[in-house]
Amino acid sequence: MDILYKIFIEPFVFMGEAPDLLLQTLWEGLVSGVLYALIALGFVLIFKASGVFNFAQGIMVVFSALILVGLYEKGVPAFLALLLAVGAMLLLAMAVERVVLRPLVNQPDIILFMATFGLTYFLIGFGELIFGGSPKEMITDALYLPQGTTEVDLLGGMVRFQHLDIAAAVIASIMIGVLAVFFSKTRIGRALRAVADSHKAALSVGISLNQIWVIVWFAAGIVALVAGIMWGARSGVSFALQIIALKALPVLILGGFTSIPGAIIGGLIIGVGEKLGEFYWGPLVGGGIETWLAYVIALLFLLYRPQGLFGEKIIERI
Amino acid sequence: MFYREAGQYKSNYKADMAIFPLREDKIGIGVIILAAYSLAFLGDSFLLQAVMIPFLVFSLAAIGLNILTGYAGLLSLGTGAFMGVGAYACYKLMTAFPDVNVIVWIFVSGFFSAAIGALFGLPSLRIKGFYLAVATLAAQFFLQWCFIRIPWLVNYNVSGALDAPLRTLFGVPIIGATATPQTRYLVVLTIVVVLTWLASNLVHGRIGRAWIAIRDMDLAAELMGIRPLQTKLLAFAVSSYYCGVAGALLVFLWYGGAEYDVFNINQSFFILFMVIIGGLGSLIGSFFGAALIFIMPIVLGIVLPAMFSPFGISVGSDTIEHLRFMIVGALIIFFLIVEPHGLARLWQIGKQKLLVWPFPY
Repeated sequence: MDILYKIFIEPFVFMGEAPDLLLQTLWEGLVSGVLYALIALGFVLIFKASGVFNFAQGIMVVFSALILVGLYEKGVPAFLALLLAVGAMLLLAMAVERVVLRPLVNQPDIILFMATFGLTYFLIGFGELIFGGSPKEMITDALYLPQGTTEVDLLGGMVRFQHLDIAAAVIASIMIGVLAVFFSKTRIGRALRAVADSHKAALSVGISLNQIWVIVWFAAGIVALVAGIMWGARSGVSFALQIIALKALPVLILGGFTSIPGAIIGGLIIGVGEKLGEFYWGPLVGGGIETWLAYVIALLFLLYRPQGLFGEKIIERI
Repeated sequence: MFYREAGQYKSNYKADMAIFPLREDKIGIGVIILAAYSLAFLGDSFLLQAVMIPFLVFSLAAIGLNILTGYAGLLSLGTGAFMGVGAYACYKLMTAFPDVNVIVWIFVSGFFSAAIGALFGLPSLRIKGFYLAVATLAAQFFLQWCFIRIPWLVNYNVSGALDAPLRTLFGVPIIGATATPQTRYLVVLTIVVVLTWLASNLVHGRIGRAWIAIRDMDLAAELMGIRPLQTKLLAFAVSSYYCGVAGALLVFLWYGGAEYDVFNINQSFFILFMVIIGGLGSLIGSFFGAALIFIMPIVLGIVLPAMFSPFGISVGSDTIEHLRFMIVGALIIFFLIVEPHGLARLWQIGKQKLLVWPFPY
């Protein structure tokens, strides 16, 4: 009975007693959720357009941030470095399309998935070769990212809002909005959606798959760069960020692999659920449950909706 | 010329369904096993310790994952954790009952990881493909967390690491600091040979055909009377059994002690690489995959400095390491482009060519 009380009653009583702590936890969860969503967005973009589950998205986050910071350290002005990093992502997109995707067209999904593993290894080696393996500081000042915290008197306690977190949430929201408009209003966006629906039908109306793939990988690269700047500002630019990027996977299965709103809402659910779980239930089992809670949430969720929150209904025929 | 099908008549179904229907194949496998055993007496201890033992251990793990992913079509990223379960179970059994021979415990520890594997395989009935892969990540991270947080698993020892106490077989130490690479190699080799033989019987029999039917189309398989739940769970259990035994071998017969970090997510990916590069749904492919993925970096580590030194360029060991990563990544992509069905397919093609050689037809 005691254990049931500790699991089902005590945390909620605690939440009620200290609403400011609850608010703080929720805020932190939301911010990390937005950042997860940002990484997940990169996966979704590529998966929708080419059916490739891009494992290299995580390393692209690290790689783009490394280019930015590395160039700045070499004396390139911050905004020029930013432009060059964007350029590098374009080059990467073109190279990936030419070297990896084009020869492997029409292969089973798992082979393409595997190829992105190869890409991951290559980028890890390449990034370390050029910029060294040691962690770097993100150039928050030079990019005019706000720092410091605001403390607001709320619900009988001080709730701290990091300026950086606010900026991250705003930038991520803008990014997502721009992508949504891009997808629904522009010519290229419509072409992307056509490709996502059916490769063959898209080809037959004259959409160039190769070109679309470059665009999509480039878009995913830019999303990765933004995610890299934000995560980098929070926890430094190092190859350990790659593990954080794996957190985007439960977000993806929660939201469905093909849905952009799904990625966002999934990200928020995972972010909030993870922080609440860690803060209120974590101490019961000795803490550190953040590493797996997201996956378990997603797993339990999948048992009820195998296609995810917004995924297309899976219809199987023989 | 010397590899001929002609003249070998099969007069019953049993002979037709044999794993090695050709006489030459039987001789070939005998020669390979004999060579592997004689390597224990011919090879030096570096070769055995740093190349052959890990190669065999990874092959075993790759066979385990291949049963799940290649034969039953269920993608799993939890291999590392299942290996960990085997290793920790073996450690607990070995220290709790020191009188029982450790070989017994190595085989028994696989059952623990089989049970855990079947448990985490439950969602496979409803979810498929990449969704299932992410679900198995739950197993990976949860189990790894257990390895860190439950000190009972390492008998409350302060370092939190697994160590290998001295254990003997017929009076010869096989686990522990005094065990020579030679004896450990022989033990690993024997276990791997026995388990591979079992696996090949399994995948060629009724169970294996049920797995393949489930892989190719689970709905159709169900209509044909194959029970999906039992079949999928059995695949998870058998696969985890192999991974568990491989994990126990990895810790006690290769490393001689290890921390939880050995069984991290990278280990899972590493094994998955081997399976895909080697060939999905092929036991011999698992060996090829393990050889390529594990031995290639070692060879590169030796070859690369030798390549640079004639030009007077001295490169640091970390540069070599980075180059190695790049080359391994590039080679994975290269192999996938050249032969997406894995090295096993190349082996098949080679055998076909050999059958007709030296004639073109």
